[in-house]
Amino acid sequence: MSRDRIERRLLLVLKPMVIALLFLVTAFPFFYMVMLSVRDIQELILEPGSLWPSAFTFDTYVDVLTRQGFLTFIRNSAIIAVASVAVTLLISIPGAYAVARLRFFGRRQVHFLFLAVYLFPAIVLAIPLFVLFTMLGLRGSLIGLILVYIAQTVPVTVYMLRNYFETVPQSVEEAAAIDGCTRLSTIWRVVLPLSKPALMATGLYAFMIAWNEFLFALLFLVERRESWTVSLGLSQLAGSIEIPTTVLMAGSVVLTLPIVIIFFAGERLLTEGLTAGAEKG
Amino acid sequence: MSGGRTLREQEGRAGLVLISPTLIITLVVVVVPLLWAIMLAFQDARLINIRRTGVFGNYTLENFSYVISEPGFWTSLINTLVYTVAGTALSIAIGLVAALALRDRFPGRTVIRASILIPYVAPVVAVAFLWETMLNPQYGIVNTWLDEPIAFLTQARGEFLGIQVPVALLTVIAFEAWRYFPFAFLFILARLQALPAELDEAAVVDGATPTQRFRYVIMPQLWRIIALLSVLRFVFTFTKFDDVYLLTGGGAGTEVVSVRVYNFLTARDDIGASAAQAIVLAVVLVVFLAVYLRFFSGGEREQR
Repeated sequence: MSRDRIERRLLLVLKPMVIALLFLVTAFPFFYMVMLSVRDIQELILEPGSLWPSAFTFDTYVDVLTRQGFLTFIRNSAIIAVASVAVTLLISIPGAYAVARLRFFGRRQVHFLFLAVYLFPAIVLAIPLFVLFTMLGLRGSLIGLILVYIAQTVPVTVYMLRNYFETVPQSVEEAAAIDGCTRLSTIWRVVLPLSKPALMATGLYAFMIAWNEFLFALLFLVERRESWTVSLGLSQLAGSIEIPTTVLMAGSVVLTLPIVIIFFAGERLLTEGLTAGAEKG
Repeated sequence: MSGGRTLREQEGRAGLVLISPTLIITLVVVVVPLLWAIMLAFQDARLINIRRTGVFGNYTLENFSYVISEPGFWTSLINTLVYTVAGTALSIAIGLVAALALRDRFPGRTVIRASILIPYVAPVVAVAFLWETMLNPQYGIVNTWLDEPIAFLTQARGEFLGIQVPVALLTVIAFEAWRYFPFAFLFILARLQALPAELDEAAVVDGATPTQRFRYVIMPQLWRIIALLSVLRFVFTFTKFDDVYLLTGGGAGTEVVSVRVYNFLTARDDIGASAAQAIVLAVVLVVFLAVYLRFFSGGEREQR
């Protein structure tokens, strides 16, 4: 048999194995997460190796949502995420339009600033912001956290939106201008309606950052339990011995599910927006 | 938005007006705090006396000499380096394999692809807790498969095939590879699917075997995206806090610099020393990047 035939045969066997392994390694932990969340803690202790609960229970979810306060945490996370998305869009739409269309002083330097902010380590920023918020008495308030999230997402969202705005034909905008539109009403009536997919992707990105973030939530909110986000709540309760692991697993599902649903609802938009630069190589 | 004499002047003014909210928020929340962090690193700053430190406060190098003389700092810097290099390399290697395996269509590809992306998309707190539970020595599922339970996250050293290995550090690295290979996968797959098919087809006609095509046709077209991914993953991992903090809290020989920065800031209330370590970390990162970029762009010139 020639080398080519051997290699092809080998690949024919190897490829499904690799694919199966990848699927197992990524899907199994989440399957395990869901299965743990619907069983009683006694069952886990007695039979740690079993994958299918002998009796399904949803008491874990009732417990985590009410007694452990996850309903409050969900409300906090939702407020933070929605506010971050709204303000991020409000700021990055005009910013991206300016970078895409208008020639102004410092336009080239702006790119450099954004790249620097994108790559900038959060742990360095954490120190002065922690000190500042302590001095201002803003620790424990959600507003400070929202501000930080906006600053961290705006550079990326401006970049994503700019890529899209550049694909909107300039002639459409010129036509609007001739019809008497001002610059702002051109953006509002012509550019934005044409950019709905990009706006969706940008909003999803900002939402995911705000929902998943941990370090700043930990630094700013840890002392006030009623302000905890879902991420912070789970991380703080995970160390306690009194709360059964199965109840906390229900908490993980509550934390993970919204983000997974949102991601796959807008997946195509999001991955195209983020990897747009990759195709140019 | 009028008043400028020429259209060009008007355009310039409109541009600045529209970009200013973006600039203001990045200046206020990123640039000014950065400068302040540098100032704090050179001052004796604690939360109690913070109001007395200011722009004209007493500057000193004490924080740096104190931080550098602590042996724990050097250990954590080495940990950071090992964790970053191994995590970056593994996540990109697995991402490459995954992208090659999922390049061609097959039934069920969409489902597999979705499953691969979940570790990256899911909140870090949830997946870290999931790993902690799965690896738990008492009731974790992984330990029920083993003859003898291993304390993956709380055991600094262990023996494997007669060799001493840093158990917890390796576990944290495995977590890093598992969580971030989807990131590399996404970028590499996007690049793979944009490659012109003609080159590959020509190689088939010329009788190249699959490994030869991979080595001589596909890889040369992927180097640039892999180099970019290496930089991105290195930068992100080098200063990463969440993953290690949530998995081990920095214990069992996994303390990285960012976790140390956090502990100095909150538990020890030593803002100055905390800032000094963060600055050292950032400087080391910049030096690595500079060396890498120099090396890399030099290599590219030779290739031409």
